[in-house]
Amino acid sequence: MNTFKKIASVFAAAAMALSLAACSSSNGSSAASDSTDDSSAASGSYRTVDQIKESGEITIGVFSDKNPFGYVDNDGTFQGYDVYFADRIAKDLGVELKLVPVEAASRVEFLETAKVDIILANFTVTDERKEKVDFALPYMKVALGVVSPDSAIITDAEQLNGKTLIVVKGTTAESYFTENYPDVKLQKYDEYNEAYSALQDGRGDAFSTDNTEVLAWAMNNPGFTVGVESLGSTDAIAPAVTKGNETLLNWINDEITALADEQFFHADYDATLASVYGDNVDKDSLVVEGGVM
Amino acid sequence: MQGIEVLFMGNNMLRLLDGLWVTLRLSLISIALSLVIGVFVGALMLVKNPVVKVMCRVYIEIVRIMPQLVWLFIIFFGITKMTKINLSGETAAVIMLTIWGASEVGDLVRSAFQSIPSHQFESGLSLGLSRPQLYFYVIFPQALRGLVPDIINLSTRMIKTTALVSLIGVTEVLKVGKQIIDANRFEFPNAALWVYAEIFLMYFIICFPLSLLSRKLTKKRGE
Repeated sequence: MNTFKKIASVFAAAAMALSLAACSSSNGSSAASDSTDDSSAASGSYRTVDQIKESGEITIGVFSDKNPFGYVDNDGTFQGYDVYFADRIAKDLGVELKLVPVEAASRVEFLETAKVDIILANFTVTDERKEKVDFALPYMKVALGVVSPDSAIITDAEQLNGKTLIVVKGTTAESYFTENYPDVKLQKYDEYNEAYSALQDGRGDAFSTDNTEVLAWAMNNPGFTVGVESLGSTDAIAPAVTKGNETLLNWINDEITALADEQFFHADYDATLASVYGDNVDKDSLVVEGGVM
Repeated sequence: MQGIEVLFMGNNMLRLLDGLWVTLRLSLISIALSLVIGVFVGALMLVKNPVVKVMCRVYIEIVRIMPQLVWLFIIFFGITKMTKINLSGETAAVIMLTIWGASEVGDLVRSAFQSIPSHQFESGLSLGLSRPQLYFYVIFPQALRGLVPDIINLSTRMIKTTALVSLIGVTEVLKVGKQIIDANRFEFPNAALWVYAEIFLMYFIICFPLSLLSRKLTKKRGE
């Protein structure tokens, strides 16, 4: 019977904990942690611009851990290049902004189920994704970059012929150099930090991957410079809406075109990316104004 | 010690605790629901009817075979696609954890009862106990003693599985940690170590007492 009493007390404790949880779950928590409640009335089908304006709130999916594009700062506030644009969209629509943290793997689903109105999460335009969501005009672009030591800086991809280039397996850089520069010796690593160590140790002459990545790294590692800032095919990064949501798509396109007059995305760059990439980077290798690549 | 200051910057400590509360809230509600539904499932599995038995078996096997992440996506996105019902992330998470937890509890309840030797039933009845008396004084106490350590073990697994919910936009403690690491990745590249250490400590503080309790109860059983 002794054990039985003990067991009963365990269950009683569990029941108490549950009732406690039930009480406090009703009053919600901070903005960052309680962002998918369905108050924004999304119910499986997309909302037109009029419906969004009427509801007084727009829901935008952003990254919460992709500094400097979408992240949460130490005070718990969303920041970054994408978030800066999201703020502007809400302001120009005249509605409140509700940000939902999304992951790379679930961005398409969030739009397909209309759980968000727009995805602004460093979303690269690809043919495969175009079948599932509608992309607006691009507001940023990404290409390959090549970082090398200041003492033997590589400023043109041609200089790499006969030299050793570090790449990470499975990246665009690997396939691009294999295809277009067969004379470059590739040294392949599984992870970014291994690749960066290899570069620092001098095991290769240069390292190539997305320019957004190498630019940020070079800024924080004196002695290394991104000699080639934009190489290979350029991918567009654009806002996306649920497939078929034409009113919102057109509104965003008009917005992006109109914002070119004030060079909005250059200002966005200055506010969010400049501190990460430094002053020596050519802004136009990343920023797209008016949707013109 | 480089990077440890990140833990004390801004609201970081508070945000981690907030995330821990989300983790705890989701797992406590799910564990409680799993217990209630699981006992029912377990009772059904003990029913002699072969159709009911097969249905329970199929339920348990399907839940076991499919990864929890798939369930989470089916519940959060799939249901909205099919029925236009828009569940919140936390609700979807609780449903996923409960479907999984209830199947596990059900199987545990079944095996706990089946492990009681038949002479216990027979001796009870021959002593003149009524059916309710037999179950209340003889069978339940023995079955529960075998059950509790397994249930606690399952609870710790459920607590850890809540980390999946960040994929549907619910920010639990691990996600808060990743956000903090990422926000400081340029200024404090070594902060990751400290943030993960703190999260480890938080999980430990929750799960270790449960493990201890389980060990204690298992020991009692051997007396």
